[in-house]
Amino acid sequence: MTKHARYLKRDRFSPVTYALLAAALFLTFVVCLFIGRADISFRETVSILWNSLWGLAVESANHRNIILGVRMPGVLCVMLVGASLSLCGAAMQGLLRNPLADGSTMGVSSGAALGAVIAMATGFTLPGFAFGGVTVMAMAFAFGSLLLILLIAYSLDRSLSTNSIILIGVIFTMFISAVISIIITFASRHTQSLSFWTLGSFSGANYQHALLLLAALVICGGVILRFSAELNAFAIGEENARHIGVNVKRVKLIILIAVSVLIGICISVSGTIGFVGLVMPHIARMLVGPNHRRLLPASLFSGAIFLLWADLLSRRLLPVKLPIGVVTSIVGGIAFIIIFCRTGKTR
Amino acid sequence: MLQGNHITVRYGRFAAVNDLSFRLEEGQWLMLAGPNGAGKSTLIEAIAQGVPYSGSFLWQGRQDIRTLKPAQLARRIGILSQKNTVGYAYTVEEVVGLGRYAYKAGFLSGNDGGGQESVERALQMTGLTDLRRASMLTLSGGETQRVFLAQVFAQDPQVLILDEPVNHLDLKYQQHIFSLIQAWLMQPGRAVLSVVHDLSLARRYGTHAVLMDHGKCVSQGDAGSVLTPDHLRSVYGMDVHAWMRDMLSQWM
Repeated sequence: MTKHARYLKRDRFSPVTYALLAAALFLTFVVCLFIGRADISFRETVSILWNSLWGLAVESANHRNIILGVRMPGVLCVMLVGASLSLCGAAMQGLLRNPLADGSTMGVSSGAALGAVIAMATGFTLPGFAFGGVTVMAMAFAFGSLLLILLIAYSLDRSLSTNSIILIGVIFTMFISAVISIIITFASRHTQSLSFWTLGSFSGANYQHALLLLAALVICGGVILRFSAELNAFAIGEENARHIGVNVKRVKLIILIAVSVLIGICISVSGTIGFVGLVMPHIARMLVGPNHRRLLPASLFSGAIFLLWADLLSRRLLPVKLPIGVVTSIVGGIAFIIIFCRTGKTR
Repeated sequence: MLQGNHITVRYGRFAAVNDLSFRLEEGQWLMLAGPNGAGKSTLIEAIAQGVPYSGSFLWQGRQDIRTLKPAQLARRIGILSQKNTVGYAYTVEEVVGLGRYAYKAGFLSGNDGGGQESVERALQMTGLTDLRRASMLTLSGGETQRVFLAQVFAQDPQVLILDEPVNHLDLKYQQHIFSLIQAWLMQPGRAVLSVVHDLSLARRYGTHAVLMDHGKCVSQGDAGSVLTPDHLRSVYGMDVHAWMRDMLSQWM
C-alpha cells in the first residue's frame, strides 16, 4: 500500500483551477500560432489576432495569411482533437471503471482508422464534400467495431463486464492493425501518405475540418457532460449504479455511441493519435479528483494543451519532422508509466 | 408492500431460484435464510432487475416492478449489496450523495428538495460525519460498508433490501447497524428484506422468515415458526440447535 492522504481537501468547485487551465490553454494557443517556419514576431502575431478580431488593417497581408490561413486551422484542429480524445478517454475510464480504458484500448480507434484507410485507399468520397468519404467511413467503422466488440463481449459474458470488453478491444486492435498494414502494402500508390497518416498528422487540416470537429465536440461532448452524475455512479460500480436508479443499459449505450462518433470524426481528420485519451484524464484526475463534474471539463483542457505542445514538438522544436502520433506515444507512454507507478498500486 | 410470485431464475439449465413466492408487508423484517447456494443473493439480484427471471414482483399488490423506470424503482426499493469496492478516490460524501440520484434524474440542474438534509442525516446515523471528506481508498471494509449503508439511507426508500449487511463489520457495528435498521423500520410505510447468515441475528431481529434450500422455499412465516431446530436440521444437514448451545456454553 502506498500512502494516501486520508482526507481530501477538495472544494466543491474550484474556479481557480479552471482559470489557470484556461490561461494555460490560451497561452499555448498563441505560442503555437507564433512558432513556425516563417519568422513572425510574437508581438506581430498578437497584433494580427487582435486587429483581425476587430476587422482592423494589419501591417503585412502575407503574414496575416500565414497566421490565419495556414497556422490557425491546424492549431484549431489540434486543440479540438486533443480535447475530444481526452474527454472520450475520461468518459470510458469512468463508464467501464477502468483506468486503462480509452478509445485505443477499446478498439474503437483502430476500427475508425480501418474505415478511413479503406476510404483513402479506394478513393471513396461523397459528392460535394471531398473529405466526407473518410469521415463517414471512420464514423461508421468506429461504431461498427464498437457494436462488434460489445456483441462478442455480450456473448461471452452477459453482464458486459469491464475486463472482457478491454480484453476483446486489445485483441481486436491487434487484428485491425494487421489488416491496415495489408491494405497499405497493397495500395502501393498511397503507401507514403497512408502510413504517415496512420501515425497521425494535421498537415491537411483546414477550417472545414475545424468546424466539423467543433460541431462534433459540442454535440457529443455535450451529451457526455450531461451524464456526469451517471459516470460517477458507473465509476463507483455498475451494480451500485443500478441500485441507486441509473438506467444502466441505456446510459451505457448513449455514452458509447457519443464516444465512438467523436473518436471516429477525430480520427478522420488527424489519423490515429494514441495515449492522449489514456493519459490526460489521469493528469486531470490528479488536479481535480475523480468527480466527473470537474474531471470532464479538466480533461478537455488538459487534452487540448497536451496535444498542442505535442504538435509543436513534432513540427518545429525537434531537428526532424515527426508524425504527431509518434510524439504523443513516446511522451504519453513515459508519463503513463510514471503515473501508474505512483497511483496504480492501490488502484 | 412487495410480493414475489413464482420467481424462477435460471443460469443455463440450473435453476438458482425455483418457483419461489413470498410476501413482504409493512412493518415486517423478513429474513432470507438458508445455506450457501440456496439462491438468496440471486433472488435479491432479481428484485434489483440485475438478472432475467420469470414470474413477477408486485409493488403494493398491483404494479409489476418490471414496468417501473430504474429511478422510480430506486425511490421505492433500496438495495445494499454484500460487497462494495470503489475504484477511484471519491470522498465518502460524494458516494453517499449519489444515493439522491433517483430524485434528480430527469432534471438538468438536479434540484432535489431535502437532498442535502437526507445526506446529512444518513452520515450522522452511520457515524460517518467525521469521515465525510475521507477518500474511499483509505477506508477499511467495515467503513466502506457503512458508507454504502449511508447511501441507501440517503436514498430514502420504502423497502430496504440488505444482502448480508454486516458481513465485514465487527460486533460493535453489527449491533449498531441492526439497531439503526430497526429504528428505521419503526416509521410507518416501511419494510425490510434481508439475507443474514447468522441465524441468531435472524431470530433476534426478524419478524418473519423464508428458509431456502437449493432455490426452493422450505418454510415461511413467523420467524419463530420457520427457524425451528427441525427445519434447520433438514436444510443445513446438522443439528444447528445443539451447535448454538455449544457456542453459547463457551461463555458460561
